[in-house]
Formats: sequence, C-alpha cells, structure tokens
Amino acid sequence: MSKSVIETPPKGGFSFDLCKRNEMLAKKGVNSPSFRKTGTTIVGLIFQDGVILGADTRATEGPIVCDKNCEKIHYMAPNIYCCGAGTAADTEAVTDMVSSQLQLHRYHTGRESRVVTALTLLKRHLFNYQGYVSAALVLGGVDVTGPHLHTIYPHGSTDTLPFATMGSGSLAAMAVFESNYREGLTRDEGIKLVTEAICSGIFNDLGSGSNVDICVITKGGKEYLRNHLQPNPRTYTSSKGYSFPKKTEVLLTKITPLKEKVEIIEGGGDVMEE
Amino acid sequence: MFMQIFEYNGSALVAMVGKNCFAIASDRRLGVQLQTIATDFQRISKIHDRLFLGLSGLATDAQTLYQRLVFRHKLYQLREERDMKPETFASLVSAILYEKRFGPYFCQPVIAGLGDEDKPFICTMDSIGAKELAKDFVVAGTASESLYGACESMFKENMEPEELFETVSQALLASVDRDCLSGWGGHVYVV
Repeated sequence: MSKSVIETPPKGGFSFDLCKRNEMLAKKGVNSPSFRKTGTTIVGLIFQDGVILGADTRATEGPIVCDKNCEKIHYMAPNIYCCGAGTAADTEAVTDMVSSQLQLHRYHTGRESRVVTALTLLKRHLFNYQGYVSAALVLGGVDVTGPHLHTIYPHGSTDTLPFATMGSGSLAAMAVFESNYREGLTRDEGIKLVTEAICSGIFNDLGSGSNVDICVITKGGKEYLRNHLQPNPRTYTSSKGYSFPKKTEVLLTKITPLKEKVEIIEGGGDVMEE
Repeated sequence: MFMQIFEYNGSALVAMVGKNCFAIASDRRLGVQLQTIATDFQRISKIHDRLFLGLSGLATDAQTLYQRLVFRHKLYQLREERDMKPETFASLVSAILYEKRFGPYFCQPVIAGLGDEDKPFICTMDSIGAKELAKDFVVAGTASESLYGACESMFKENMEPEELFETVSQALLASVDRDCLSGWGGHVYVV
C-alpha cells in the first residue's frame, strides 16, 4: 500500500505487490496463466574468423503459435549478440538490461565491450533470481581477445564452447553439429552448417519453426541475415481473398474528425539571445 | 472450483493494419464465469487521438492497468509537451507488466496507433510484457485461437478503411460465435 499521496513511478527492479493477491487466487483454485515461451532452437559456432549465431523464428503460447516471425537474436553490443530461449519476456528484458549496462560501461571505459563482461553481468542477474527468470541464452561475440561463444542456463551456470545449442530443438541441432563440425570452418561452410542445424530443429521439434535467422560476427563487423532461409512460406492463401456479400449489421456509427495540432512559434522562432 | 484466471471474464480483441490506417475491435460481453453481467462493456480505451489500447483478461486488472497507463501518459505529456509515439507506449506497457514478473497483472494488452507519417503500428503482449510486433494483425483474449484462424484467412495487405472495417468485423464475429465466453456484438475503432 502506498503511503504517499502521489504515486511516483517506481525506481526500478521487480515489484511484488500483487503477489499476495495472486497467491490468494491460487488457493481458490485459479491456475496461473501460461506465458509466451520461445520453444526454440538456438545455436552458435566459432569459425575461423569469428562467431556465427543462428535461431528459428517461432514464438509459442501454449500449443498456439503466436508469432511466426519473431526475432530471437538480440543486440548486446556492436560486437556481441545473444540468442534467447525460454520465457520471451525474460529473455527480452534481461538482454535489454545487460545491453544498456554494457553501453554505460563503454562510455565509462572508452573501450569496446568484451564478451566475458556481458557473460558475467547475465549470469549474476540470473543466479540472483535462482532460475525464476527463465532465460537460456547463447552469447557470442568477437572482442580484442578473440572470438568467444558461451551458453548461459536459467540458474546462472555458464559453459564456454566451440559450438553450442539451446532450446527445445537443441538435441536435433546438436546432432547436426556433432556430426559435421570441425575447427577452421570458412564463413560459407559455417553458415551452411548453422542453417542445417536450425532446419533440423525446425522440422523435427514442434516448438521451433518458420524461418532461419543468422548473425555473423567477425573482427571487422557483423552481418545480421534476418530470414536468411524461409523454408515455410505461406502458399495456401487464395489470391482473390475473401469477399463478404452480406455486410455486417452496424448499430451505431460515430465519426470523430481529429483536430489539427496548431503550433505556436513565439518571436518568429529566433534562437535565444545572450 | 477450478478455473483459468483468463477465462473468468471472457474477452476477444483483435487489431489489424490497413493502408495508412488501423482497426481495433473487441467484443462486448462481461461475464463472471458462465453468467453474463454486462453486454456493452468497453474494452478498448483511447490514450490519445492516434493511440488506442485494448485490454483483455481479468477486467479488474484491465481497469487498474488502464488507469496507471493513463497517469503515466499524462505525466509524459506534461514533460514532453506532445503525445507518446505508439512504439514508446508499447515499451512503457511492457516495462510496467514486466515489473510485476512474479505477481503479474492478469491482462493481455493490444496496442494500436498511428506513428509518424500515418504509419500504422500494432502490437500485443502476454501478461508479463513480452512484446509481439506484427505487420498484419494481432489477437488476444479467450477467443484468440479462433481469431488467429479467422484473421489468417481473411487478412489482405493494404486494405482501405471501409474494407478493413468489414474484414475486422467479420473475423471478430465469426470467432466469438465459437467462444462461449465472449460475444454480444463488437466495438470497432478505425483510425
């Protein structure tokens, strides 16, 4: 309960005021709602010049696909990208938060961000919430110390690997990686392998689907290939579309013209004088 | 008795993009589980002339959330001396919902607005603020499964306002007919 007269916007972090009410509802037999998960197949691998990250693009809400083309490769820094699996709100919020922290750190130090910095920030946050922030991440980037690829689990443990997969389709993708990965892949071979791994996730795992997104990060820069491959195009629509011979019955129509916003410029718009 | 919290009041919301316009529609039923208590309930509210917000799910949380958002928007208007852009508003709603990550509001918002140069913007979120931006249509509520199907087949690119209104209404009415918890007609806003 707020004691002040004006409710000021909160200072940040989580707020637990509705927890008691929700617990009371749970006792009465109310089931809590399902959150949007990203089912997912996310992968990363290190090739000779840097890191390649890949992800599918399906977002699910229970058994329904709610977004057929969502973005799972999140920006962290110009040289670091992160793929997220798990609860969609958690992956988005955690990657946005760490991305802002990295930006502030860059302003402070005047240097390019390092992948281990992002890694530590993420794992500390996730461990702090003991796995309740359900975000499983594949973090990859190239910094002054070279290319790096890490996986981060919702409870805060991390692994450093030459190739990694996460998400419900991780077994399907890992099968492809384990058979075909070798050190010193070229860029095209790497992209081809990542695409194959994601496709194997898309076609064999029910929680992953739609298109393949790829992100190639090298010392020189990054290349974000959104919808690099679209193996599930929408071919079943009829070209003439729907026509409605029987119109909807309208009970009441109200048309409100929008007012033009009038701008008042004082003093002929001159700049302030000394 | 066991029930899903989202099915306590029942709702159906849909927003669609047209050519330099958007339409947002909702059903009109308010119920307490299987009993109907109102047949003219407003689920869609205006934030400013070019931004509308629809809230599905538990009606009490929808009202509280709406009041909080209007408060934040008014503060923004006082500070910035202009209206909020739809993308900014969506980020605000997402942040407010995620703040309550471990004790969430039982609401799913649908945001529809016209941005710069009359470019339509629609988005929906789950109850903890995971944004879903779409270029064609978004749905929310108990009738969402039928709405996905109806919109998927009836949607066309670049519809003019009259055709958009017709499409949205038909999709909404067809879907709520298959859902016992929503119905009693619809409210459609075309901007």
